Amino acid sequence: MLQVEAVKKSFDGFMAVNDAGLSVEKGEVVAVIGPNGAGKTTLFNLITGLLAPDAGTINYKGENIAGIAPHLICRKGISRSYQVVNIFNRLTVFENVQVAVLSRRKKTFNLFRPSKTMAVDETLKILDTLGLRDKAEMISGFLSHGDQKVLEIAIALGNRPDLLILDEPTAGMSPEETAVTLRLMQQLSGEMGLTILFCEHDMSMVFSIASQIMVMQQGRSIIQGPPDEVRSNQLVRQAYLGGADECSV
Amino acid sequence: MFKALFSTKTTVIGILLLGIFLLLPQFLSRFYIYLLALIFATGLLATSLNLVLGFGGMYQFHHAVFYGLGAYALALFATKSGLPLWAGYILAPVCSAALGLALGLITVRLSKLYFGMLQISLGSLVWAIVYRWYSFTGGDDGIHGIPVPDLIGSSTGAYYFNLIITGACLLLMYLIVNSPFGRVFQGIRDNPERCLAVGINVRSQQLVGQTVAAFFAGVAGTLFVTVEGSVFPDLMFWTLSLEILIMCLLGGWFIFMGPMLGATIMVTLRTFVGIYTEYWTLVLGIVLMLLIFFMPEGVLGLVIHRTESKEPAAREAG
Repeated sequence: MLQVEAVKKSFDGFMAVNDAGLSVEKGEVVAVIGPNGAGKTTLFNLITGLLAPDAGTINYKGENIAGIAPHLICRKGISRSYQVVNIFNRLTVFENVQVAVLSRRKKTFNLFRPSKTMAVDETLKILDTLGLRDKAEMISGFLSHGDQKVLEIAIALGNRPDLLILDEPTAGMSPEETAVTLRLMQQLSGEMGLTILFCEHDMSMVFSIASQIMVMQQGRSIIQGPPDEVRSNQLVRQAYLGGADECSV
Repeated sequence: MFKALFSTKTTVIGILLLGIFLLLPQFLSRFYIYLLALIFATGLLATSLNLVLGFGGMYQFHHAVFYGLGAYALALFATKSGLPLWAGYILAPVCSAALGLALGLITVRLSKLYFGMLQISLGSLVWAIVYRWYSFTGGDDGIHGIPVPDLIGSSTGAYYFNLIITGACLLLMYLIVNSPFGRVFQGIRDNPERCLAVGINVRSQQLVGQTVAAFFAGVAGTLFVTVEGSVFPDLMFWTLSLEILIMCLLGGWFIFMGPMLGATIMVTLRTFVGIYTEYWTLVLGIVLMLLIFFMPEGVLGLVIHRTESKEPAAREAG
């Protein structure tokens, strides 16, 4: 479904992503792991069009999407959430998700119909799935950080994506919230059949949900494979897990 | 559709206000009728600015140019073309919208402050042309004694015309603010980057927004001509743009009726303080300082804030 090959991106001479490759097949849950600054978020920004790669190809459903504008990539079926909360602060929770749904339904140039009555069922269904229904009328800027992170995912779902990209979905969450999010991701993948690509620092979470793991270090992709293979790989142990006890997986 | 937009309370207040305004000419002197008609035109102008400022997050720093163009277009249609007088009332706002589209095509490529700065320069260019082109626009003399249709020629006629057109335009703009377009526009205000990520073409939305806002500014321009019967280059000078910007902030730029209230306060202040001193802008400056310190959400914002925070307390007490 998504093949990233030999992608490069530098900022003022600093190679943020240097020869990274990634493959995501339909229905998979793929995790990208790596130390801070490994280039995970940059890679996601390249895939979603926020940045254009200096070199390399990004094939999505057989089409090279490298360098295409972000809103066009979204319309092709890729939507994402952000590591740092990136929502519509002054809109209500309902309206946040509704914006994405209206966008997908191509209603954004409809000037003369009350939006209150539009896309209501679909929006509420998404809020139901993510457990935000009872907070639908709250101004999203006043939500707790954990709820805002969940709203991040809700907005991304409003586009009804084929490929959902989550950038550290549990960053800053309490252990309880992390568990809820993990269950949610399992539900999205299992029941709704979504293909998910995510990056995460919580190793126990990564190894409990991912069907494929790609390891990045200093902008390079070291290996991609099933969890067991990645766990036993010598290169990964040296480079990332480092033999240290911080990740007892 | 109507029920989806307005609560019963809003409907009752709206009808009540309309009723009062319809009856007012029976009791007020000509001067106050004139002042109210001017307030309607200015309020409509401020509300049209707020469409892109408060609901779109666009730094529309030179909105007056669309207002001035509407006024000039009507004046020129009425004095220099053989078209029926009413035709100008329809064509003038269309001219404003066209200018909005043309300037927008250039300016929406930039964001935030840069957008605003470029708009000021391009708008000032239009102003300079109008200011210097004596043979066509009358230069800095402007155009005076513009004929208006007989029906709205009297001061009462102009008052009713402005009341009805302003009311209709406010309804339309309210509809737009609450439409999918308006919802997405508010999303762009809060977070343009995220809007791109959910598949919205931010620049196209902004371009449409600017064109629509320019159209309503043009309508406001025709209302001004109806009251005053003359046009002059000051109508599209950047200081007026600043004034209506302040009206939006004063009234409350996140509330639909805020700019209308802001315009009422400003026009009234200018009229009555202007009697006593030439330096009425001094008073304006003080008002502005107090505003920034004590009412960041504007007058109407403060009122709504107060009443809302009282309501739960009242419920608990009851």
